Amino acid sequence: MSSKKLSELAKTVRSKNAGVDRITFDILFRDRGNYELVKNSGVLSRASVAALFNIDASRITDFVEYDPAYAIKFTILRLRPSGSAGDADIFGAQQYAPLLDVEVPVA
Amino acid sequence: MSNNAGPTLRFLCPNGHLGFAPLKVASFELGVATRPDFILADSGSDDIGPGPLGSDTSTAPKEWQRHDLEHMLLAARELGVPMLIGSAGDTGSNSRVDMYVQMIREIAADHQLAPFKLGYFYSEVPKSYLRRKMTSGDAVTGLDGRGDLTLEELDATDRIVAVAGVHPYIELLNRGAEVIIGGRSSDAVIFAAPAIRAGYPEDLSYYLGKVLECASFNAEPYAGKESVIGEISAEDVKVTAMHPGQRCTVASVAGHAMYERSNPYFEFVAGGMLDMTNCHYEQFDERTTRVTGPRFEKAEKVRVKLEGSGKVGERYMGFAGVRDPYTIERIDEVIGWAQQQVRERFGDPEDGGYELHYQVYGRDAIMGEMDPLRDQPGHELGIMVFGVAPTAAMAEEVTLTGTRQMFYARLPDVKGTAGGVAFPLDEVTRVTPAYRWTLNHTVAVDDPLELFELHTTDVADVVAGGAER
Repeated sequence: MSSKKLSELAKTVRSKNAGVDRITFDILFRDRGNYELVKNSGVLSRASVAALFNIDASRITDFVEYDPAYAIKFTILRLRPSGSAGDADIFGAQQYAPLLDVEVPVA
Repeated sequence: MSNNAGPTLRFLCPNGHLGFAPLKVASFELGVATRPDFILADSGSDDIGPGPLGSDTSTAPKEWQRHDLEHMLLAARELGVPMLIGSAGDTGSNSRVDMYVQMIREIAADHQLAPFKLGYFYSEVPKSYLRRKMTSGDAVTGLDGRGDLTLEELDATDRIVAVAGVHPYIELLNRGAEVIIGGRSSDAVIFAAPAIRAGYPEDLSYYLGKVLECASFNAEPYAGKESVIGEISAEDVKVTAMHPGQRCTVASVAGHAMYERSNPYFEFVAGGMLDMTNCHYEQFDERTTRVTGPRFEKAEKVRVKLEGSGKVGERYMGFAGVRDPYTIERIDEVIGWAQQQVRERFGDPEDGGYELHYQVYGRDAIMGEMDPLRDQPGHELGIMVFGVAPTAAMAEEVTLTGTRQMFYARLPDVKGTAGGVAFPLDEVTRVTPAYRWTLNHTVAVDDPLELFELHTTDVADVVAGGAER
């Protein structure tokens, strides 16, 4: 079985603050086909993203497969609120990069 | 002109965070030409960090704020339709509301606009109010996993704003306001308020606000600061991109429901929750998406969200670079050496009352422990150093020691013995004080207006340069 990177299948992969204590991640697909492919592959789950980001699964507050937008979305609790001294990403806008290379099995 | 049959109202939104970057004039003018019933924009965000609220400043330059207010006011007065702005000047603090009110007066005077009624409201909450609530047993409840507010955290807070629901907007419209400058508010309510007041269902009115609040971020291809129009009827909401190159598609509109929020289904405002679980999206025409099915669940008891910011200390910044591969491999030892020199002067951070932060660009500055590649640093590193302390003098010394001492780090086998790091500047720089978000909480109120102080005033027909200036 061959595989493709998530960045080849998704239209949008992004991260952004969701309030001051959380960062939310959106993976959006252009069409149902790629969305269902990734959703059904199981490569994205609470457990897999916790492992990818090297965090405890309890820090993932939401994990949603959102059919109307062909989107997979999850949210991570920050260790300290956005904009605290030492926070290098006050918008939470550059936290998504590790998702780009996630390998998705394709038939 | 609107060609739609039946009673509808149309809402023009040119900017999702007024002032953060200027609205794009061409698509705004296209929107104005369709003669909308309202012109509205949100001007606030907590994305900008706790500094502006704590220090009572804006991140937006005055020129950009005025640019947008001027375009919107002139169009609204020309059409004779209400203009509503929420969360004035990034934070929605009282001084930001006053500043926007003054800008509105100046713009009206400069253009000799006919008199109109201006409504505005304040959102700041005195600490004494919360202290009374807390000591009488009313908890100030934490959001997003935070505990209840403690008196200690309240004491550490410099400024608090309450996040308004539709209530102050509806009340000011009832009082005849034609232009409204709002203090801190939920983005969606700026749009929902006039729709609810006009008799449209709350279900659709709040959804209208949710879908419009970020302007063209609900359209594709991606382009910020372009205008969009939302149209509400008794049955649906339709949203249309005004920029000729943009379209509101099922994917872009549905996708926007999840933007900046933990969960795509629920949006909480003072007075209830918008439930988007059963939203149905359909492409209405090439640039318009039609939405049905949102639900608004009214809360039994109104809880108002509070945002608070407290000062941590004065802050300095230093920077150093590293090119030697041996040093790069041992960069944590280099930082450890510098930290130790600060510790010898001021004690441990907790005891000494200071913070010292290192961000190693080229390794893991941006993601820290979440970065899966942090064990593969680049061939050169940039190290940003931040020192925070009660006084500027101490923050400077902490930061200077923490930066310069990397130069003297004692690595056993380093070849370069003339200095361990490269300095682009042999100095440290004072930056804005460090603040932190102390409140992300809610408080129960008996009257949804009790935290907001409402005002109306006539903006008179004064000649430019006259008494109003």
